[in-house]
Amino acid sequence: MNIIVAIKLVPDLVEELKISEEGNSLDLESLRLRVNEFDEHALEQAILLKERGAGRVIVIALDGDGAEDALFTAAAKGADQIIKLTGNPAPLVSNHTLARWLAPVIKSLQPGLVLTGVQAHNDLDGPLGPLLAEYLDLPYVGYVAKAAVKDGEVEIRKEYPGGLAAEMEVDLPAVLGVQAAEQPPRYVAFSRIRQAMKTVQLEGRRIPDLFAEEQITVARLFQPEIGERAAIIAGDVDEIAARLVEIFAELDLL
Amino acid sequence: MAVSAVTQRPTFSEIFYTSLQKLPDGERVRACLQCGTCSGVCPFGYLMDYPPSKMIAALRAGMFDRVLKTDNVWMCVSCYACTSSCPAQIPLTAGLMTRTKEELLLAGNVPIELQDALENTQRYGNPMGESPRKRAAWARGIEPPVKIMSQINRPVDVLWFVGDYASFHPRVQLSSRALARIFNLLKVDFGILGHEENSDGDSQRLAGERGLFELLVDKNGKVFQKYQFNQIVTADPHAFNALKNEYPKLGVNYPVQHYTQYLCAKLDLLRPLLRHEIKARVAYHDPCYLGRANGIYQPPRQLLQAIPGVELVEMPHSAANSLCCGGGGGGMWLEGYQWEQAHARLSEWRVREAVAIGADILAVACTYEIPRFEDAVKMVQKASRLVIRDISELLLESIGE
Ligand code: SF4
Ligand code: SF4
Repeated sequence: MNIIVAIKLVPDLVEELKISEEGNSLDLESLRLRVNEFDEHALEQAILLKERGAGRVIVIALDGDGAEDALFTAAAKGADQIIKLTGNPAPLVSNHTLARWLAPVIKSLQPGLVLTGVQAHNDLDGPLGPLLAEYLDLPYVGYVAKAAVKDGEVEIRKEYPGGLAAEMEVDLPAVLGVQAAEQPPRYVAFSRIRQAMKTVQLEGRRIPDLFAEEQITVARLFQPEIGERAAIIAGDVDEIAARLVEIFAELDLL
Repeated sequence: MAVSAVTQRPTFSEIFYTSLQKLPDGERVRACLQCGTCSGVCPFGYLMDYPPSKMIAALRAGMFDRVLKTDNVWMCVSCYACTSSCPAQIPLTAGLMTRTKEELLLAGNVPIELQDALENTQRYGNPMGESPRKRAAWARGIEPPVKIMSQINRPVDVLWFVGDYASFHPRVQLSSRALARIFNLLKVDFGILGHEENSDGDSQRLAGERGLFELLVDKNGKVFQKYQFNQIVTADPHAFNALKNEYPKLGVNYPVQHYTQYLCAKLDLLRPLLRHEIKARVAYHDPCYLGRANGIYQPPRQLLQAIPGVELVEMPHSAANSLCCGGGGGGMWLEGYQWEQAHARLSEWRVREAVAIGADILAVACTYEIPRFEDAVKMVQKASRLVIRDISELLLESIGE
């Protein structure tokens, strides 16, 4: 069985986010990308399934800064096949668009199970998993925290808010949105990644020109604006503290 | 009937033993007398199921897989105490302990805290996961400004390799600022690499991540090549050790000094500036990678003695016999793991020694140590009066800036 993992790169919040001059996207120059953390859990769960004999793991990522590193890292961790989607106009696209691009490739790989992170912090238009399931016409379960494949089914543990959890069986093929793998994503020594770079073949698949455009246009992207009754106090810690005391005094709160 | 030779595949113990003997001075492991000195001096030896001498015994008995199962080699803080006391001069720290960590790491058996530090180093070039773009932020506001090599476009005398903790840790930044001011007062022509500097990688190497270390050497080496300078100076003994002993093996070879050596050589210029008295009993903690690993004991002491009023006192463990602060070999990133195993911190042990000899100040010369000892002071009884200062901070205080 083929276990497909779709990973995506998202803005790394270790750097401050800047808005581009056009004012409708992030400034790509100053942006640093990293693999969505939930996708790392999806990959870990896939490799655990593989280690228990469930099948081969195929990892797909959209081309962009860091995509190759992420794919070779996945190969070093145990993925059998890595694929890069090329021909995209930008490294960051909406999930509707990404799902449309991924679906035909995933379909051609005859998926038994499709895993992806349950969400990402830049899911403007809903998470990727349900959109993929829609385009692939497969069932979807999100917030998965454990999965085991058995006789054409996948047994999963799904988490709900408030600490509730359910165990359920889903017919294969299916799409799962992974919240957490059964164990934290494993560490892979850098020498293994380097070895993968030398020995593992990275496949490229071109996005059909027909679909190559972004489906959603962002009219305006902006930092939170200061509301009427809000103020941002500038200065160092002491100045800010002094000003806060003043304000509390003015409001008769002290 | 002809009898064909039976070829047996070598066992893991055999492969490991052979690989160990191929390291520099590695063949000495065969001369181990099983005297147990190494395990006795090891600060965490009492906790390890297999301290160094027992590891060697297991290796010889072909049972090294048992050693790997216990995974308590993660208690090793690469302090060189075993190595420097071994009568057979076996490279225990750099050889046996580090190779064992490498095996665990390749097998993916890594405590999660260490994993985070290693992943951060891969991703950001520093173990704490800070933005590499902010690597020079500590220097903001210093006058005259600290020069960043990519911005000045000219050779400098001294390239200051700042290092991870000195760049990013808010407490250690204060000691970096102190050193920058001293350099300015001494009119040192120096520059830093800013965002182009990557972790020196030495502690990652000693935590078993050899491949990552090689990557960092490659990155730093390429940056060094871009600029002209006469020598490197660093306040980080781990960076110092790497640049002095390990980078050259990979073809990156520059003269390097620890800042205490550099300032000590300039003591004639520095001494007249040390005008203000610091009336205190000062104990100096020898960092493992300045002392035992590199034999530098005197320059830090000479600097302290140059400060008027300072009475230098020695702790029971000092110089070659110094006690590790617990931060080396990945210890900085194994705090939780080691606490779980030991319910003891080496830094607290050290602070107790300083208190016991009546020190007012514990002076350090390693960028890992200030926060480690300041934390320990909060935990140790009767230690609240003990002040932790980097030597650079004491010098600046005496200068009166
Ligand atoms: S100190 Fe050296 S000779 Fe003695 S047991 Fe340890 S490794 Fe062997
Ligand atoms: S290097 Fe230090 S901590 Fe590691 S085994 Fe030797 S004495 Fe113990």
